[in-house]
Amino acid sequence: MKLEFEIVSGDFSMAGKASSQIKKKLKQLQVDPKVIKRIVVAIYEAEVNVVAHSVGGKMVAEIDGNGINVEVKDAGPGIADITKAMQKGFSTASKAVRNMGFGAGMGLPNIKKNTDEFNIESEVGIGTTLTFRNNF
Amino acid sequence: MRLTEIIDLTQAEVVAGDTAINHNLQKAFSSDLMSDVLTLDTEHILLITGLANVQLIRTAEMADIEVVLLARNKKATPEMIELAKEIGLVLLETPYSIYRSSGLLFKNGLPPVY
Repeated sequence: MKLEFEIVSGDFSMAGKASSQIKKKLKQLQVDPKVIKRIVVAIYEAEVNVVAHSVGGKMVAEIDGNGINVEVKDAGPGIADITKAMQKGFSTASKAVRNMGFGAGMGLPNIKKNTDEFNIESEVGIGTTLTFRNNF
Repeated sequence: MRLTEIIDLTQAEVVAGDTAINHNLQKAFSSDLMSDVLTLDTEHILLITGLANVQLIRTAEMADIEVVLLARNKKATPEMIELAKEIGLVLLETPYSIYRSSGLLFKNGLPPVY
């Protein structure tokens, strides 16, 4: 099963739509609630990242019998220093993002913590691609 | 702690959710920072916050939080109330500050997440 979502830059009212729909789908499939929580927290953090930091992007989630694969791809601006971005507390978020209750530099580390497999690739001027997987 | 006790202690008003469901909260967490809420491994807790926006409701949904107490007399927007009802979240409003609400609940036996 494949689910695809557009993620619009700056539209915080829509952040969480993808994770909410994926959560409903995983509940229908009677996946363990603890597994659901980990993956939807990761997906939600990734959605907020695209809304807050990028010019927009796309999320594709593929559910198979054993788990879920997620790819989150944005169209830039890209991350200059991934090692720094992965550190807890490092953030380039704007004041507006912080006023939303985010931008504490916890997003990427928290995605990694909540997933079984995690990969990030980024190029300045091109964009960032996150891929992660959780097993059921 | 039972939901009715939380409502009584904080003089809260219920703006969304079914209070007839037997919610029994084991722990509570106070934060305006959703980034920190999303790092918790504990589910089915009470979240006390002064952040009144839709992202609060989304965060509660993803983090499996059952009850949210909006402190400092913050008011939920119609959009927040609608979303809370859709996901089955109990949303409360209290005129008390986060400090006062947390203190009262703690004193009466609701432990912290950490």
